[in-house]
Amino acid sequence: MISYTIRRLLMLIPVLIGMSLITFSIIHLIPGNPAQTILGEQATPQAIEQLEEQLGLNQPYFVQYGNYMMGLLQGDLGTSLRTKASISSEIWPYLAATIELTIFAMVFAVIVGVNAGIISAWKQNSLFDYTSMLIALIGVSMPIFWLGLLEQWIFAQNLGWLPAFGRGNPRDPVETVTNFYLLDSIINGRPDQLWTSFKHLILPGVALGTIPMAIIARMTRSSMLEVLRSDYIRTVEAKGSHTLSVVYRHGFKNAVIPVLTVVGLQTGTLLGGAILTETIFSWPGVGRYVYEAIGNRDYPVIQSGIIVIATIFVFINLIVDLLYTYIDPRIKY
Amino acid sequence: MSERKIWLLFLSLVFVVVLAACGGNNEPADADTNNNDAGTNNTSDKTNNEADESSGENSEGDYSLAEDQTLIFARGGDSVSLDYASVTDGESSRVTEQIYESLLKFDEDSFEIGPGLAEEWEVFDDGLRFVFQLREGVTFHDGTDFNAEAVKINFERWADPDHEYHFADEGYTYSVYGTQFGGFKGDDGHVIEEINVLGEHEIEFVLNESLGAFLQNMGMSYFSITSPAAFEEHGSAINENPVGTGPFKFVSWSKDDSIVLEKNEDYWQEGYPKLDGVIFQVIPDNSARLTALRSGEIDIMDGLNPDDVEQIESDPGLAIFERETNNIGYLGFNLDKEPFDNADLRRALNHAIDKETLITVLYAGLAEPAKNIIPPSYMGYNDSIDPYAYDPDLARELLDEAGFGDGLEFDLWTMPVARPYMPDPERAAEVMQANLADVGVTANIVSMEWATYLERTEQGEHDIFMLGWSGTNGDPDYFFGNLLHSDAIPGGNRSFYGNDEVDSLLNQAKNSVDEDERAELYREVQEIVHEDAPMIPLVHSIPVLAGSERVKNYVPHLSTSEPLTNVELAE
Repeated sequence: MISYTIRRLLMLIPVLIGMSLITFSIIHLIPGNPAQTILGEQATPQAIEQLEEQLGLNQPYFVQYGNYMMGLLQGDLGTSLRTKASISSEIWPYLAATIELTIFAMVFAVIVGVNAGIISAWKQNSLFDYTSMLIALIGVSMPIFWLGLLEQWIFAQNLGWLPAFGRGNPRDPVETVTNFYLLDSIINGRPDQLWTSFKHLILPGVALGTIPMAIIARMTRSSMLEVLRSDYIRTVEAKGSHTLSVVYRHGFKNAVIPVLTVVGLQTGTLLGGAILTETIFSWPGVGRYVYEAIGNRDYPVIQSGIIVIATIFVFINLIVDLLYTYIDPRIKY
Repeated sequence: MSERKIWLLFLSLVFVVVLAACGGNNEPADADTNNNDAGTNNTSDKTNNEADESSGENSEGDYSLAEDQTLIFARGGDSVSLDYASVTDGESSRVTEQIYESLLKFDEDSFEIGPGLAEEWEVFDDGLRFVFQLREGVTFHDGTDFNAEAVKINFERWADPDHEYHFADEGYTYSVYGTQFGGFKGDDGHVIEEINVLGEHEIEFVLNESLGAFLQNMGMSYFSITSPAAFEEHGSAINENPVGTGPFKFVSWSKDDSIVLEKNEDYWQEGYPKLDGVIFQVIPDNSARLTALRSGEIDIMDGLNPDDVEQIESDPGLAIFERETNNIGYLGFNLDKEPFDNADLRRALNHAIDKETLITVLYAGLAEPAKNIIPPSYMGYNDSIDPYAYDPDLARELLDEAGFGDGLEFDLWTMPVARPYMPDPERAAEVMQANLADVGVTANIVSMEWATYLERTEQGEHDIFMLGWSGTNGDPDYFFGNLLHSDAIPGGNRSFYGNDEVDSLLNQAKNSVDEDERAELYREVQEIVHEDAPMIPLVHSIPVLAGSERVKNYVPHLSTSEPLTNVELAE
């Protein structure tokens, strides 16, 4: 198990090198000039040339890549071309915002998705089954931006129950310690801010969690159906156990592995792929950070952003794989 | 992690990068301006020394003030930096305008200059020497005194690449300084020869060549004054720790989220600012921003879709704020390429474009048809020019006379991004394509990534192209010098228009400090340019903002950023 973990961690090195090389090549193949973008359309050619030289953009690609990798090996993620800020210090608030939102969205997705899936399987072909699977189908195919705008229109504009944008009340900003607002509110002893931050999480969290929820519900259902048909369930039932407890205690435990895989993959996807939700709900997350950097051709931010996201993705998968052995002792590495 | 997952991850990343690349520059077209048309309680004489009224009542008394005097201003993108001189984006100057002040100040609703940090100024030696008397008793937010030495340090910081606060190694550049003052220390064209401190509150600028726009430049937010002590303390981190003399003090900045400012209690203008604080909130999505305004979570929003204007106007709780126009959107010819070197052809095509339809369809009426390249409010605007009327029959006739009766085909280069002067370039191109088809001309719409578009038009690879220009200091030279002078090739002059007479008139006007003489020269230039027709001037757009009816005394300025010194919030 330990040697497996170490092996997996070592595998991270070639993955990251490959990743950095590929992203570096792609972003330099995209047409566009960062100096032009930074200075704007009304800049003089002299100013653009001067800035290119200053930023080292006129050096050969392999030199630029080499410089970047040298910094990276020393734990330096580089400096943003646009804001001149160190990415290592700049990226954390964005990352924390995304992680908080992702966790909230996944908690919502798992609780609703797993339960809907289990009950659908248990009451197969019932009205509940049909309804929840229809909702799941809609959920998978729903455009997130549309869902987000709809939520805002109903709950923020018309009902006025929930805020439409941001992570907290701008008039009463949360004093940041960890940059996880829920946690920071607790640390600062501010239950009112905890409640505000929670309210800000609901709309984007639901929008972001809808697709994973639908996928999890469908996966749970099919996985459960298989388990519920197996012999040992029939044996348990024959022994006179109460049905619902059979389903949850004996059934789900054996159906959980494929569900866990989906949860892991979805979590990774949400980390980097929450751009739409982050844009609609003005959530200052890492997806938007990288996306805007692409628009501005801010090369170091794109590279470092992608490397950080990729690293987290790899770690989540590692954790999921290790969880398998814990849940199902038959799995050994 | 299995091979498949790595592959999946890789694919999705490639997808994101490619997708974003195709999208090009995603900057929203809302670096806007507006103008309080509603006439809400605007005291035209916003006297600086007006005594503060002791009660919570406002100066007019027809509304009572809200208890919470913190204004939330929502916009599409975040500021790049709070070191105003090193950036060019409107989202940065919008904020720094609150924190910092420059020697001169523009009028509330025009580019007319008046006293700012300098109370008086004098011009000597035909515009080669300027002496400013600085305001006394002004302190920076860090408590240090504002004086002539501080002004000198700021200007030398921008001009001198070896200056200890120039921060060249950290990637700082001051492109606006370079553009407005002809380069940097040591460059041939750099006009500021020396800066002399004559007394604690008296400073002299000596130029080696007169510059007509010198005083206009002194009013620009790019040339505001930072506390020298703050440079000492923060070094290149000055971009996140702004310290100025303005009405509001910097509190905090949470990137891509909000910038919080609080009232400067020691502001030199007695009784101002009215607000207790200002929060600049980023809400990237236009519809989401409108929703936030309607639900009362924000007070003012920038970047309103023209189509939403009607909706706002019908809501009694909301108001529209229009900014005076300060830009030009145009269709340029490449005079270096046949057949566009033919002036008869260019004049004929000028008659083919229906500007009124463009304005109705794309700007929801919020634009004026253009006949000159400078905005109508500018000094020297030639209103006696008779515009090329929209007349397809005449256009066909003139085309025939010019020898293009059998038709003509060319590429119409279309901008890939929306700009304030061109909110929907693709649709605009389609409208113009149809106009041109009416007169027997085939225009093929061509588009590409934004930076590439700018690069290739600068190199002259195009036939006909769409672009525009926005003013910064309210001086006509910023338009003419960049768009029509042959010195701006390669550069802003993408029509490759070179006329010796125009060049010499522009040089004369640029170096003169006599306003009347300059205005006359520019009027002459406009006549020649009208005749030569190197471009089809399309529109001057009027950017709009929306806000709550509670916002009082808000007057958007042409330059896209205005100090919120007089603004207050009603119940």
